[in-house]
Amino acid sequence: MGILDSKVPKGPLAAKWTQHKNDINLVNPANKRNIDIIVVGTGLAGGSAAATLAELGYNVKTFCYQDSPRRAHSIAAQGGINAAKNYQGDGDSPYRLFYDTIKGGDYRSREANVYRLAEESANIIDQCVAQGVPFAREYGGMLDNRSFGGVLVSRTFYAKGQTGQQLLLGAYSAMNRQINRGKIQSFNRHEMMDMVLVDGKARGIIARDLVTGKIERHSAHAVVLATGGYGNVFFLSTNAMGSNVMAAWRAHRRGAFFANPCFTQIHPTCIPVSGDHQSKLTLMSESLRNDGRIWVPKRKDDAIAIREGKLKPIQLKEEDRDYYLERRYPAFGNLVPRDVASRAAKERCDAGFGVNKTGEAVYLDFASAIQRYGEEEALTHGIKNADDKEITRLGKKVVEAKYGNLFQMYEKIVDENPYETPMMIYPAVHYTMGGLWVDYNLQTTIEGCYCAGEANFSDHGANRLGASALMQGLADGYFVLPYTIGDYLSKDIRTGAIPTDSPEFDAAEKTVQDRLDKLMAGSGQHSVDFYHKKLGKIMWDKCGMARNAEHLQEAIDEISALRADFWANVKIPGKADGMNQELEKAGRVADFLELGELFAKDALTRNESCGGHFREEYQTAEGEALRDDENFKFVSAWEYKGEPKDAVLHKEELKYENIELKTRSYK
Amino acid sequence: MKLNLKIWRQKDANAKGELVTYPIKGIEGDMSFLEMLDVLNEELINKGDEPVQFDHDCREGICGACSLQINGEPHGPDRLVTTCQLHMRKFNDGDTIVIEPFRATAFPVINDLIVDRSSFDRIQQAGGYISVNTSGNTVDANATPINKHAADEAMDAATCIGCGACVAACKNASAMLFTSAKVSQFALLPQGQVEAVDRVQNMVRQMDLEGFGNCTNTGACEIECPKGISLENIARMNREYLSATTKG
Ligand SMILES: Cc1cc2nc3c(=O)[nH]c(=O)nc-3n(C[C@H](O)[C@H](O)[C@H](O)COP(=O)(O)OP(=O)(O)OC[C@H]3O[C@@H](n4cnc5c(N)ncnc54)[C@H](O)[C@@H]3O)c2cc1C
Ligand code: SF4
Ligand code: FES
Repeated sequence: MGILDSKVPKGPLAAKWTQHKNDINLVNPANKRNIDIIVVGTGLAGGSAAATLAELGYNVKTFCYQDSPRRAHSIAAQGGINAAKNYQGDGDSPYRLFYDTIKGGDYRSREANVYRLAEESANIIDQCVAQGVPFAREYGGMLDNRSFGGVLVSRTFYAKGQTGQQLLLGAYSAMNRQINRGKIQSFNRHEMMDMVLVDGKARGIIARDLVTGKIERHSAHAVVLATGGYGNVFFLSTNAMGSNVMAAWRAHRRGAFFANPCFTQIHPTCIPVSGDHQSKLTLMSESLRNDGRIWVPKRKDDAIAIREGKLKPIQLKEEDRDYYLERRYPAFGNLVPRDVASRAAKERCDAGFGVNKTGEAVYLDFASAIQRYGEEEALTHGIKNADDKEITRLGKKVVEAKYGNLFQMYEKIVDENPYETPMMIYPAVHYTMGGLWVDYNLQTTIEGCYCAGEANFSDHGANRLGASALMQGLADGYFVLPYTIGDYLSKDIRTGAIPTDSPEFDAAEKTVQDRLDKLMAGSGQHSVDFYHKKLGKIMWDKCGMARNAEHLQEAIDEISALRADFWANVKIPGKADGMNQELEKAGRVADFLELGELFAKDALTRNESCGGHFREEYQTAEGEALRDDENFKFVSAWEYKGEPKDAVLHKEELKYENIELKTRSYK
Repeated sequence: MKLNLKIWRQKDANAKGELVTYPIKGIEGDMSFLEMLDVLNEELINKGDEPVQFDHDCREGICGACSLQINGEPHGPDRLVTTCQLHMRKFNDGDTIVIEPFRATAFPVINDLIVDRSSFDRIQQAGGYISVNTSGNTVDANATPINKHAADEAMDAATCIGCGACVAACKNASAMLFTSAKVSQFALLPQGQVEAVDRVQNMVRQMDLEGFGNCTNTGACEIECPKGISLENIARMNREYLSATTKG
């Protein structure tokens, strides 16, 4: 147990962070000028960290694989960001946000981290507003809020359906200010290929310039990884196409423990898969569940008729519909957390009630919302005797104002008008709660290697509530890391610049070069996508929304065999010394082929169901997840030992001192 | 569907490019334009040829990476969508589709359909921000009420995804729509006022330095913009610029 020191400060929960900030060592401003920090990733976590570190006076180098920091995957987040501001006066508080997050995470996250997140959440909104982020406002000029699954208050701040975009552009503008001052050097179209350790400390990275193919060495006193999640291990997911695990995995191979790889969030409201050539899945924001009602037909023959195109959903009478979330979970209804909603959809579809051609879709219906809003509008505008047509027209206008861009997106993809007919949705892989293990300071098990945002494991437990990933990314980057990293760097003020001509850099560069050569030398049977799709299918079928021991063991064997085949037979055209997108993909898929196996192994050792991890063997009579706190109240942190099958499990026991562990109920 | 693709191939920035013809079949209406290119690339790789390289990432119309000139139009024939949101149902069996990179002096071609849009970043670096420290010591967000109309208008301007379609659509390759979107966002918000004069001057200066052309009010940018950024922003920027220069 000794290796996993979480470094959680002593003292009462609410005082820990303040006390810790008072206790940690500071670096004097004149010395900060002599310290270099590498930040890999320019999403919300990396972009905000880079901006703040540069502002504090450190020399920062940022890296991202896109052509501009502004295109990091965070840009795609739609719904919103949580903060315990209690502007609505509905009883919200940092404690309540903390409580909801721990409960939503099925009691598999660290109390102290989550409390700090709740504490900092209010700051984030103030900061972003000061930066000019145009959050939605009410008529009185105050900020507007909405609510998300798993909570009973309205604490979600949003900017239309483009919250992630606006927050990221805020962080990007803060970065730009520092680039303009010369404090950030930004390396775009660069991929981190390996991490360099000197005397056991992270001292730099090896990167590949994706335009020229040149391998470069970059040194620093500390390295921050903010490289996002690994949901693309499933091939089909809501993640951007380039999202990958490479940086985290390279650090893992160098000694950073990988925590909870099997905790993956499946989002309930995505556009269903339409065909074999599909490259990704599109999310429909969870905010739609504020007004949309979810249903499938009550009778199987109706479901069959709908699938065959003989019956239209709007023809089905109210009493013939099964609003299964409202039926099963009266207290939260359509706003149950994501894992619960996803499983419930799968359960209905598996039982034969699915509504699209493949039987893997349920309806998200706005008809009652349109009716309700229409009546309200008619009343408030004093329109007497409004007929049905008028009410529908008024209602549609309200729905359009709230969700117009999402409806438009749906229509573009599916070619159906969601104002007229219910949307079809199905769960899809969305967010990964696992990632590099970090202590309270966000340091990994490699000294000087920090990890922030979706790439680390902290804060979300076995499931993530909506609107909390953006919150964590920005809290880590703006308000946590800049403090905690100073404590470490305060010991480095006399070190001086780190040379890149050391044997350690030579060796790391050689490892990277050898790997590229090996990839290029494949015999040329199959494309990279061929392997990625195969891996994705194994992951979805056997490590997806429901898992069992037998399938997980099969997955381990199949992935291991697929990996061997990949290295022998992958085909990468072109050369390594120039732009080569197939080679980029190959490097990422190679790492997914290792991570996938560890993922299955992690799921196999966790003999319980919790959050996004549902083991069929462990469920209640009603089909709810059956947690085992006695034996599994820990974070699994895996140590690299060569092949994933040899990885060694370390456990960080989770201590709950302020919250009582309860069965999670949303009934 | 069977299609005839004519695609711009160019090995690197210094090589001479050319249009190469690729017939393709089995394309379904449900596929996105980029998925259609994935199918082509899979075929090319299996034949041992080099796949066509193009920029893309989110495939949801929000990151701004995808950037194809399709039959002479940035992001293709549909309105208010990016290339990744364009579906093949917009095309007919037997169509010939010409696919080229965005063309502009300030967007040099890097490889095949990929161009270098870092000039956009440099315009933003010249002033596309509010100089506030990220210390966590700011005032409460509701201390400055902002009327809903201004907030909504600022939001509309802020939705620019930096794709560059406006530049590619413009006969002068002007970056006015892009630059004005950011200037407008901040001009509409109280937070942006303090630095307004410097911001507009610095951003416009950088835009000119990057080699973008002048705006002659043709309006092609607005028509091709996937986010519906309106020409009003250009008018607003011109006003800001004028008052900045008279004040300055
Ligand atoms: C469609 C969608 C909607 C979402 N909606 C919401 C929402 O409403 N609310 C919410 O809270 N969360 C939401 N999320 C989740 C949230 O957006 C992400 O978890 C979060 O943005 C991740 O931020 P990040 O900074 O950790 O990583 P990212 O934004 O993914 O950034 C990763 C960065 O790392 C870089 N990178 C990766 N690998 C390398 C490498 N090897 N070398 C160099 N650079 C590298 C990338 O270039 C990028 O800059 C949503 C997610 C999706 C997919
Ligand atoms: S103004 Fe429109 S076309 Fe131009 S970069 Fe922005 S989103 Fe693209
Ligand atoms: S790929 Fe992101 S906008 Fe098209």
